[in-house]
Amino acid sequence: MSHVHDGAHESSHESSAGAANRVKTLVAALEAANVLTERELDETVESFLAHAQPANGARVVARAWVDDAFRERLLADGNAAVAELGIDLAHWAPVRLRVVANGPGRHNLIVCTLCSCYPLALLGPSPTWYKSDAYRSRAVRDPRGILAEFGTHVDAGVEITVWDSTAEVRYLVLPERPAGTESLSETELEALVTRNGLIGTALV
Amino acid sequence: MFALGDRVRTRIANPAGHTRLPRYLSGRAGRVDAVLGTLPYPDRRAEGIVSARETAYTVRFENADVWGPDGEPRGSICADLFESYLEPLEEQ
Repeated sequence: MSHVHDGAHESSHESSAGAANRVKTLVAALEAANVLTERELDETVESFLAHAQPANGARVVARAWVDDAFRERLLADGNAAVAELGIDLAHWAPVRLRVVANGPGRHNLIVCTLCSCYPLALLGPSPTWYKSDAYRSRAVRDPRGILAEFGTHVDAGVEITVWDSTAEVRYLVLPERPAGTESLSETELEALVTRNGLIGTALV
Repeated sequence: MFALGDRVRTRIANPAGHTRLPRYLSGRAGRVDAVLGTLPYPDRRAEGIVSARETAYTVRFENADVWGPDGEPRGSICADLFESYLEPLEEQ
């Protein structure tokens, strides 16, 4: 993992300081122009964080593992399927969800090479490495190498599809249900689902 | 308009303004994997035309068609691309 992580630390440190200054300047200008107040901004961010939780993604996956009909609906129309679980995906932006399923011989990996598009409503704020230049440039060129750095071994025979989120579609990986979990309840299955498993940098 | 399964090639483009066509996918051959309908078109929206929309597609590119022999040998890359970025490509 060292390449991705070292790169993320260096570049994110510099760019986040620059971004913080730009945000401060922008907020001051918007306040001066009576467009918004800092309090309104804080309330919006708090409300967003309250809705956008990685637990949402885990619920969606666990339901798909126990309910084949839901799984079919999820793969066919992500927005409609997660709405069944009370998740309003397009509440913050008019995005569409496409869920891509791992299977025997098939692995999926999500990236946004142009910026940092990410299924926020289902996974919460994205991790720093997801926004790093190193991950964004290497995920499309050397996905197997990236996976190895995350400690994720994918057999040479497994075909990897990398989904580059370049427009309004947000992608979510549906991992394979781990072997030996037949007796677990839906709630217990939810606890097995990891954020990285839904990005595709880990198996579940 | 393209249909599911159509062969397409992305245009070679390096616009001065905003685009959602990644440079590494410029001038590459791929296949339409999904028809997304019309979506907000960021290239024009960035110019202040906020209502701009255009038909978009998910296009699948085989790794070898993007990286030659130097990338991951198996597998593919899918990206969501707008109609303006694409031109038809004859079946080989």
